[in-house]
Amino acid sequence: MKVLVAVKRVIDHNVKVRVKADGSGVEMSGVKMSLNPFDEIGVEEAVRLKEKGIASEVIAVTCGDLGCQDVLRTALALGADRAVLLETNEVLQPLAVAKLLKALVQKEQPDLVILGKQAIDDDCNQTGQMLAALLQWGQATFASEITVDDTHFTVSREIDGGLQTVRVNRPAVITTDLRLNEPRYASLPSIMKAKKKPLEILPAVSLVSDLAPRIKVLAMREPEARKAGVRVASVPELIDRLKNEAKVI
Amino acid sequence: MAILVIADHDGVALKPATLNAVTAASQIGGSVDLLLGGQAESGLIAQARAITNVSNVLHAKDTAFNNCLAEALAPLVVDLGSDYTHLVFPATSEGKSLAPRVAALLDSAQLSEITAVIDANTFERPIYAGNIIARVESLDKVKVLTVRSTAFEAAPTEGGTANLVELDKASQAVNTAILSEDAVKSDRPELTTAKVIVSGGRALGSSEKYQEVMPPLADKLGAALGASRAAVDSGFAPNDFQVGQTGKIVAPDLYVAIGISGAIQHLAGMKDSKVIVAINKDPDAPIFGVADYGIVGDLFKIVPEMVSQLG
Repeated sequence: MKVLVAVKRVIDHNVKVRVKADGSGVEMSGVKMSLNPFDEIGVEEAVRLKEKGIASEVIAVTCGDLGCQDVLRTALALGADRAVLLETNEVLQPLAVAKLLKALVQKEQPDLVILGKQAIDDDCNQTGQMLAALLQWGQATFASEITVDDTHFTVSREIDGGLQTVRVNRPAVITTDLRLNEPRYASLPSIMKAKKKPLEILPAVSLVSDLAPRIKVLAMREPEARKAGVRVASVPELIDRLKNEAKVI
Repeated sequence: MAILVIADHDGVALKPATLNAVTAASQIGGSVDLLLGGQAESGLIAQARAITNVSNVLHAKDTAFNNCLAEALAPLVVDLGSDYTHLVFPATSEGKSLAPRVAALLDSAQLSEITAVIDANTFERPIYAGNIIARVESLDKVKVLTVRSTAFEAAPTEGGTANLVELDKASQAVNTAILSEDAVKSDRPELTTAKVIVSGGRALGSSEKYQEVMPPLADKLGAALGASRAAVDSGFAPNDFQVGQTGKIVAPDLYVAIGISGAIQHLAGMKDSKVIVAINKDPDAPIFGVADYGIVGDLFKIVPEMVSQLG
């Protein structure tokens, strides 16, 4: 079973993001970039499927400019066998990414595509579902456990207020939630080894001609900052204020 | 303009977030219809028809649409979509699973989790876990939106007199079957819809201490239990308790942060709470920068004192 894992390069989750002074976008210069945490869980799951002898090959893919090679190297260090960069300088939105991934799926013919449920930059939570729709495949979003048999994936999904178990025909798209696994740390030898693994760069426009954004970002701003409140001296004062001032208890 | 809201429901009642989505739809302007897919008890249909501002309730009763199964519902919504300018979904688990499938089949982009309606084409939505608000314009003919329920009031379910339209539409064959559903067996409210959340951090020190200190306060306040990523990573609380950028985004009336220092990624998940209380022994902890009420001291003394004083 071949597994394709789609990953995205995002601002590291520990960075305090700032809007550019003119409100046109997010300050990106000199900011630490990382593999999107939910995608890291996706890579880990694919690698575990390989370690269990279920997956035969794990391919990591991302879409973006040449700078995105670093997250592919991270995926390779975590255990992916090879990587593909669908290269473009276009600002990509989920629909365009889904179309690119569809084209790659048709080329690579994987049995399973794993994606993070969302990227922590645009918080869209769309690409996996869009890909499944374009391929007319089944989907299991927000996976917290995946089991595989010859014809199906059985997936435990994190839904509002509980878990749901679904069975999806192979091939399928699965998106990861936090509980699926705890990704390993890449060891130094595996980071060194990753440098020698194959990383193919394909021009994105050779797969999909129209990648233009369909949503126009008019402006960005930081939300009104919350003002620090008051320090209270004692528990009785706290309870009194919550009851009589804030009226929340 | 005509707007279709796709209801999330369990066959018996609407999921509350559907009503917030109706309010967002009403703010766009034009007439609002509501789609109920799958089996619906008469009480659910009556509830849907009574929503203020809904003109028509469309019901497609094929059981294949039950549980708002995304793969089944998407072609139906696409089929209906040509009559509408906007397709609006609540940002529930099922809404989030369905909307992008619909958008892709329509070749439309999707706007996720809108928090404000500016005009029929322009909306605001949070990115970077709410650290930035983006004002965005959709360039597509049919606009596909999901709605963050904490940003819109629930539409009242009284006084409405919507027409009921039974649709004779059957689902196509799908690749997905729901085997079972386990609602979390808890007497506590669900984290993302709770009015009060009591959340614990690394300072609790162990899973035993978390279990000793936190539940009594949650009981007194009728609260859901939450945790910081640090506490979850240390094994003090289960993963699904995690509040933050990579966990659950919450906005309760009252959020009590206990022994939580206030890392950026945690603040991103709870800073839209109406009232925040911070309990921490470090007076310089960043959590005090967002707290309405802060109390500096030992949580192992303060929390039990709160429990006893709450009577």
